[in-house]
Amino acid sequence: MIGVRSNLDAKGWNTEIMGSLKPKFWDYQDITSGPARRMFNFRRMWKLAFFLTTGVALVPLISMAMLDYKVTQDAIESEILLRTSRLVSNTQRTISYFMAERRSALDLVVHENTFEILTDHAHLSKIIQDLKETFGGFVDLGVIDPLGNQRNYIGPYSLLGKDYSNQAWFKEVVAHGVYISDVFLGFRHIPHMVIAVKHELSNGFFYVLRATLDTEKFNDMFSNLEIAGRGDAFIINYEGILQTPSRLHGNVLEKLSLPIPEPAPKTRVLEWKSADEVSLIIGYRYIAGTPFILMVVKQKEELMKPWYTTRMEVIGFLVISIIIILLVILSGATYLVNRVYLADQTRIMTLHEVEYSNKMASIGRLASGVAHEINNPLAIINEKAGLIKDLLTFKKDYTKDPRLIGLVDSVLSSVERCGRITKRLLGFARHMDVSIQSTKLDEIIHDVLGFLYKEAEYRSIEVSVKIPNDIPQLETDRGKLQQIFLNLINNAFAAMSDGGHLNITARREDKDFVSATITDNGCGIPDEDLERIFEPFFSTKTKKGGTGLGLSITYGLVKDVGGTISVQSEVEKGTSFTITLPLKMEQKEGSKT
Amino acid sequence: MTEKVLLIDDEQDFLDALSERMRARDMEVTTSTSAVDALKMAKKESYDAIVLDLMMPEMDGLEALQEIKKNNPELQVILLTGHATVEKGIEAMKLGATDFLEKPTDLKTLTEKIKNAHTKKMILVEKQAEEKIKKILAVKGW
Repeated sequence: MIGVRSNLDAKGWNTEIMGSLKPKFWDYQDITSGPARRMFNFRRMWKLAFFLTTGVALVPLISMAMLDYKVTQDAIESEILLRTSRLVSNTQRTISYFMAERRSALDLVVHENTFEILTDHAHLSKIIQDLKETFGGFVDLGVIDPLGNQRNYIGPYSLLGKDYSNQAWFKEVVAHGVYISDVFLGFRHIPHMVIAVKHELSNGFFYVLRATLDTEKFNDMFSNLEIAGRGDAFIINYEGILQTPSRLHGNVLEKLSLPIPEPAPKTRVLEWKSADEVSLIIGYRYIAGTPFILMVVKQKEELMKPWYTTRMEVIGFLVISIIIILLVILSGATYLVNRVYLADQTRIMTLHEVEYSNKMASIGRLASGVAHEINNPLAIINEKAGLIKDLLTFKKDYTKDPRLIGLVDSVLSSVERCGRITKRLLGFARHMDVSIQSTKLDEIIHDVLGFLYKEAEYRSIEVSVKIPNDIPQLETDRGKLQQIFLNLINNAFAAMSDGGHLNITARREDKDFVSATITDNGCGIPDEDLERIFEPFFSTKTKKGGTGLGLSITYGLVKDVGGTISVQSEVEKGTSFTITLPLKMEQKEGSKT
Repeated sequence: MTEKVLLIDDEQDFLDALSERMRARDMEVTTSTSAVDALKMAKKESYDAIVLDLMMPEMDGLEALQEIKKNNPELQVILLTGHATVEKGIEAMKLGATDFLEKPTDLKTLTEKIKNAHTKKMILVEKQAEEKIKKILAVKGW
């Protein structure tokens, strides 16, 4: 058993690496039955171990990663929306304030000055001068009476006396008291806007103060805004005409390429996909009391960029972890199942050896019993025949027929032959027990050949034994050695066709070892089988009743007596087994047959 | 010289044939099929050699051998058996058997062994006699 295991180890040594790629148990097919059957389905065991561990290890990992992905994505998106919303609100406040400031200025002017003062050219000129200096952006200033006639005007154009009564803005300001226009080019051909306020006196008389503002200051507010993510902040009117220049979505007074957001009383942020699949974050606010909509447009991709980088790192880490985990589980499962497989194989081998040695012991007991029972009657035949011979020899009365003595002689020689057979049977049985004794190699070989010489004769196999005289006596287990030679010579006989040659030679290897070589000129063993012949159940004779155990038992026996066995073979040329035996066998503690 | 031999074996047929052949070779042969009877006979009479089968019912060869050797150490016992093992052989020799033979045996071999045993016994008896004489000489020395 020990020997067989070491054989596996030696084989495992160079297949270990290959084994981790394709383990040995993978292709194992259970063909035997009974107690020696495999206890496990290795492929299923491996699959179970692999998939279970993989599932347990990877499911939490992947779900954690996915959860984290989702959570951080949501967080970063809401952060972006929140920031945009805040920016829109702040900007809206600034714009509202800007507009309110100018309106208040005009309000102040109409409250502080009477219609008479305002229609005075010098006075109005002074007022616009003051406004330009304090607020800036005022281009012209006009006073219009309730009939829509411009009664006073200070500005670069001569608009004095112009009738506005039919213009929409005039009706608007009369109705609501204040009017803020869209940005328009007008006949000045520079973008500007108009603010008009109505001042109603207690007597029902009213007048309108109309100021034109250039949009430069207005635009400055946006150009100074720092907006992340290639963002853009601008104002449109309800028709979607850009009121301030934008970086990416058109110039002043052009139509905005984005849809006009639906009216809402508060700041709103929404996501919008443009036609070319660019995701935009749009924040907007309808600015109260004006025809303006403030819009902040950011590119989502740009904003998400840092998160994408982090995400890629996390995914990369995840993928590497999964690969490592898979590799570890794969090799771990393979290693473990391989171990179980080897252990099971050892168990089966042990079982077989026990079974075999039990069988051999039973045969031995049977043989010795039969031999003993036969020996007694044989002794009687021997003595009776001897007596007859004596009578024939001593008393002259019986010597009339000369054939009688010949018959008795042939009975005696047959008895002798039977005796030889029973003695050999007894010898065979005797060696079932472990015992170390001094033996001669040639004696053992001749003993074994004695069993087989009849077969050799029938099949005209020529057996030559050359054992030099310098082979010393072996201190070894005679029975085991007999069995080894019996197995090997039997195998050689089986491999040879009739008329083959069997050579048995021996030589001294060194101080402690001798070797014996058994060479036949039989069919040989193909290379692919050569490394497996010592494995149990490897048999090419299965159809002819081979058990596939002979050589593995031989191997075990050789190991038991402390020797080694090797084989060389060439197909169609023959096979040669060489066993190396120690001169003195070391009795192993607890060694068994 | 005539050897006085006691044959012990459980097979009557075997005893008959062997004893007749031995008598034909000038030996004085007594037979017994039971070791127990044989022991009694060995006590009564003196034999040059006892040929004993190893495997017998009642009392087997080794027990009989022990018994014989206890009563009469100079008796020469040759064991004859159909079931020869090395251990049994060694045990028998240790117990004082003169020789050990396997059945079926050659009468010539057996005869030689008996003759050897007889000689051995003669030497032993002579030695004993010598010792006796020496003792007498020593005690009754005058």
